Amino acid sequence: MTNEVVLSLRDFRVTFPTLFGDVQAVRGIDLDVRAGEIVGVVGESGSGKSVTFLGLMGLLPKGARISGSATVNGTELVGAPRQVLREVRGRKVAMIFQDPLSALNPTHRIGHQIVEMIRAHQSMSKAAAMERAIELLNDVGIPQPRERARQYPHEFSGGMRQRVMIAMAIANDPDVLIADEPTTALDVTVQAQILEILQKIQSERQAAIVLITHDLGVVARVADRVQGMYAGRVVERGPVAALYDHPSHPYTQGLLRSLPSVGRDRLVPIPGSPPNMIEPPSGCAFRVRCPHAIDRCSLEVPTLRVVGDLESACLRADELRSVGP
Amino acid sequence: MTVEPILAVDGLVKHFTVKTARGVRAYKNTVQAVSNVSFSVRPGETLGLVGESGSGKTTVGRCILRLIEPTAGSVRFQGEELVGMRAERLRELRRDMQIVFQDPYASLDPRLTVGTSIAEPLEVQRIPGDHRARVKELLELVGLSPDHSRRFPHEFSGGQRQRIGIARALASNPKLLVLDEPVSALDVSIQAGVVNLLADLQDQLGLAYVFIAHDLSVVRHVSHNVAVMYLGKLVEVATAETLYERASHPYTRALLSAIPVPDPGVERGRRRIMLEGDVPSPIDPPSGCRFRTRCPKAQDHCAVEEPALVDRGQGHPVACHFPD
Repeated sequence: MTNEVVLSLRDFRVTFPTLFGDVQAVRGIDLDVRAGEIVGVVGESGSGKSVTFLGLMGLLPKGARISGSATVNGTELVGAPRQVLREVRGRKVAMIFQDPLSALNPTHRIGHQIVEMIRAHQSMSKAAAMERAIELLNDVGIPQPRERARQYPHEFSGGMRQRVMIAMAIANDPDVLIADEPTTALDVTVQAQILEILQKIQSERQAAIVLITHDLGVVARVADRVQGMYAGRVVERGPVAALYDHPSHPYTQGLLRSLPSVGRDRLVPIPGSPPNMIEPPSGCAFRVRCPHAIDRCSLEVPTLRVVGDLESACLRADELRSVGP
Repeated sequence: MTVEPILAVDGLVKHFTVKTARGVRAYKNTVQAVSNVSFSVRPGETLGLVGESGSGKTTVGRCILRLIEPTAGSVRFQGEELVGMRAERLRELRRDMQIVFQDPYASLDPRLTVGTSIAEPLEVQRIPGDHRARVKELLELVGLSPDHSRRFPHEFSGGQRQRIGIARALASNPKLLVLDEPVSALDVSIQAGVVNLLADLQDQLGLAYVFIAHDLSVVRHVSHNVAVMYLGKLVEVATAETLYERASHPYTRALLSAIPVPDPGVERGRRRIMLEGDVPSPIDPPSGCRFRTRCPKAQDHCAVEEPALVDRGQGHPVACHFPD
């Protein structure tokens, strides 16, 4: 864990102005990701987990307001000129998405699309870049890469397309790979293959990987650390084992309790639904669904503080720690 | 074993004809979506139907209700043969069997109030009585407020919409529900509530469920029996407990080992059976055993002879030449 921090967010915020008011999608996030580690970012739909990373990549629609700081190897991305962003994107930070088909150009051969990606950032002849592309396809486990490079996206299955996306993402040896629900659209047996490739990239290339997912099982399998989000804020974070063993935030506890498991006769849902982010509840946003909420929760925004091996943003984290998942 | 099954599917086959283009010419191909599938469900019981995309599980669900016509085979509901049944009788019987779809955003008409949507089956089925009172009763049954009947679908969250879909399916007082991925579009914290609701409804109303899903941990939680499909065929059928503890088909074993378990200790200590490649195309399925191209135990014999779904005396039929 002594590797250097390559991606760092400080008080990162994203707001979308709408006719009905500002949607405060991300409300001050801190995160450090080190080379060679996989950090899982979990949360339900609308928690702001994807928006955070689309925001730092500069991929949000015009009008989205971003503030705070996001640095990659010391380069500040928030408010950076297009030229800087273009150099960082794809070269230092690469991103893969849930739906690889919509991220690939249907009218170009796979090999060509990877070559384009390589030549956008490195001066290399077309022929050399094609050789490199074929090598990359081989690295991500695509059989007969030379033949496959001449095919179009529609000739690939979902799992194979996701491999192509990964090949493209690692083409320029980025320091950070952001994977946004990379296996959600895939079958479990294929998901297992893709997760294995991500782990290989982590260990062989010492890349820092951010894995955005709603699947707590996927995080348990591959992540080193995990960061739980709710209503645009981090509610709890720490090493994976500690978070699953003795979560101290009621939201994390609730999530783990709502999953089916052996010997659990009755599931325990979290009551209510996520808040409207135009006017999120005062204080702790989770308090309206929280079984442990007290008066103070509506007055004070809880900040992350150390509770055992974890950091938790709950006023009652110390007492709740013993409750268990 | 003395209770008669409410639903008995025997030798169900469904082929789709598709056109594929090669150059400028169009060819007709047959997709063998479901091949010779048989199972039965008793009243008050849940059969989990699991498999990956393309396994044919959804097609089976729709063939049961004859929302699509089976190519061959038999579907008997309460002893009556549905395949080839004339339309009037089928419509009557549909009172007793209903379906809940995966996407609660797509399955409700955005221009109808929730109450109108729920009352629709009552009208289609010409069920006598006070429909308004029945709608309120149904809304309460699925954990919503009776006042919700005058609102529109967009005013509800995903979990609430799925409850509305369930209320609509229950309107005609059915005995069998086909649940096609009823919770996969929902967040886990919401999913738990809908799963609990389905369990309660089954207890209260004695419903039989065919629960179609790809999430094996949810299936384990809700099902009495589980049938595993691969490329249009059943590969293994067992009680939920047996399947998860002593799965014997190599595909089931690989599938179970591929599901991520939300426990880092367990996850990291597990030995995983990794399958190579993807599910082959159902247009041209492999000869013999359809799983052999990805099977770690496949031998020459598997390409020649198709393994039958055989019960080796433990009430646990498996279609494999070399089961564990």
